Amino acid sequence: MTTRIPARFAKCAAEGRPALGIFTMAGDPDFATGQSILDALPAAGADIIEFGMPFSDPMADGPGVQMAGQRALAAGQTLRKTLAMVEAFRSKDNDTPIVLMGYYNPIYIFGVEPFLAAAKAAGVDGLIVVDLPPEEDEELCIPALNAGLNFIRLTTPTTDDKRLPAVLKNTSGFVYYVSMTGITGATIKSHAAVGEAVRRIKHHTDLPVAVGFGIKTADDAASMGRDADGVVVGTAICNAVGNSLENGKATAGTVSAVTTLVAGLASGVKRAKAAA
Amino acid sequence: MTATGANSLRNGPDEEGRFGLYGGRFVAETLMPLILDLEKAYRAAQADPEFQAEIRHLAKHYVGRPSPLYFAERMTEHLGGAKVYFKREELNHTGSHKINNTLGQILLARRMGKTRIIAETGAGQHGVATATVCAKFDLPCVVFMGATDVERQYPNVLRMKMLGAEVRPVTAGAGTLKDAMNEALRDWVTNVDTTYYLIGTAAGPHPYPEMVRNFQSVIGEEIKVQMQEIEGKLPDALVACVGGGSNAIGTFHAFLDEPSVKIYGAEAGGHGIDVENGHAASMTGGRPGVLHGNRTYLLQDADGQILEGHSISAGLDYPGVGPEHSYLHDTRRVTYVPITDNEALEAFQLCTRLEGIIPALESAHGLAEVMKLAPTMGKDETIVLCLSGRGDKDVESVGRYLGMNA
Repeated sequence: MTTRIPARFAKCAAEGRPALGIFTMAGDPDFATGQSILDALPAAGADIIEFGMPFSDPMADGPGVQMAGQRALAAGQTLRKTLAMVEAFRSKDNDTPIVLMGYYNPIYIFGVEPFLAAAKAAGVDGLIVVDLPPEEDEELCIPALNAGLNFIRLTTPTTDDKRLPAVLKNTSGFVYYVSMTGITGATIKSHAAVGEAVRRIKHHTDLPVAVGFGIKTADDAASMGRDADGVVVGTAICNAVGNSLENGKATAGTVSAVTTLVAGLASGVKRAKAAA
Repeated sequence: MTATGANSLRNGPDEEGRFGLYGGRFVAETLMPLILDLEKAYRAAQADPEFQAEIRHLAKHYVGRPSPLYFAERMTEHLGGAKVYFKREELNHTGSHKINNTLGQILLARRMGKTRIIAETGAGQHGVATATVCAKFDLPCVVFMGATDVERQYPNVLRMKMLGAEVRPVTAGAGTLKDAMNEALRDWVTNVDTTYYLIGTAAGPHPYPEMVRNFQSVIGEEIKVQMQEIEGKLPDALVACVGGGSNAIGTFHAFLDEPSVKIYGAEAGGHGIDVENGHAASMTGGRPGVLHGNRTYLLQDADGQILEGHSISAGLDYPGVGPEHSYLHDTRRVTYVPITDNEALEAFQLCTRLEGIIPALESAHGLAEVMKLAPTMGKDETIVLCLSGRGDKDVESVGRYLGMNA
């Protein structure tokens, strides 16, 4: 099974830098603007796209991602529309990996097998589903692997060495290290501890390790990218969209607010290894 | 687990925390090690006679158990059928069944060395019961409560504050119980080292549904003994209201393998289950999905987005239900019925006038079902209602609905 993900990590490694993962909420603030944001991400410097599937009850997310999801749902976003956006993106870009990220219930209601078939056909490469730990692998993880999609697992500061092998067992594509115990957009307490954790995970796996939660600026990206194979930025993107709106509606500056931020973050990852 | 026999309905959950299709452990990885630890600690406590003895001692001297099984004579006469009994959980310390669970869990939290307690609350009864045991055991307590509920259950907010708890109003979503639970989960995922999440209903990730059920099962066990003493037989029917469903599963569990006992759960029918998003009857008006750590019946739209639901009763205003109820619904062991706001209001007033007991609006939903069932039953038959809470917290909002002036 090969997706676009390993190739992209290999390319970034060859360039001597970590990959930049950008999370954006599908359909935020509306379908058309969301599509424009998605389409503009590769040129702005995103190496991997994490595409949020909005959910009414995002229990692991802070206010930034929560509000992005609420805006998208208010504008009528559905899982079907999210898949259509990926399909439209793929007609222009066949190299940038897309990972769908969200919660299980909308997928469960769509139907696991129909969803996997539709996701694969649309050009999705992998899934991150926050509320499916390894204990529930039979639900979606195993079927996703069989369908030729990567299932990317979150590992956290509470995942100790004893538990790590179980968490890594069916993980593929890359490992997503959550930099803290907390919700998306909170503040990382110790950069050094994150580096240590990444090195610990690398003892257990040959997969690339990306770090997310709490990375907001180019400097954060540069610093976190020293030890990791990738960094993921999400809340800052959602906030950039939110701050660009007028009366809740997209403005001429909405897409460029995101691309400007992404370009800055891309410069951050480029100096990550150089500074090491 | 106390049950035996391959066909027993009391065997659940299995090792994965499943009641048939329902239950499970649908949580973020950060929380997974915590709920595994919790399960280990709970198993150890279950097997420890000292832990059990401490619960029994406090249940008697602090809570006031056993709660009476009261023959509601005028209600029986009025309905003209089966003899109506109330299991008086509203006479417990703090005024509801919720203390049965908070007492058990606070002792567990202490055993685990946790130093901070968080809880979610809808009507505020669980918040009060949690704040109470936190005061008794000198542990800091934060209660998440939807902003809408803070307003409609203000007396309970004051009680929690006086007991020393911090009440955090949650404005996300519609500001009700589901949103409070989301916020409590966000707090827990942030403060994993110190914090014990004291869930108030028989829902959430395994082992909560089983654990809360076991702490509440004292209700049904006492009913069994008390009915034997009073009537010399099992009851013919049991009724309880179902939001998350902790008083109901506590009432039902001891009787699940007694086929002669008919069991009814009253869900919040709100404005009527035909009214879109106008009720909180997850089993009669929803379908299976995954939320808050478990698979269970949920109110949701075609895209799998969770609906807010509506009930006049803050304690039933939740779009899900404990997973064991979903299982009992599918197996048809328990009959779940929707009760509208108006039916509950009528039962509330009737109970107050006929018996001199002001029931919680939640419990009034159960009573409304008793009012439908009892007249269809013989005078030699018995029906037991779990009167899960007292209605002091509701008098203001009911007075407003009824247009009463001070």
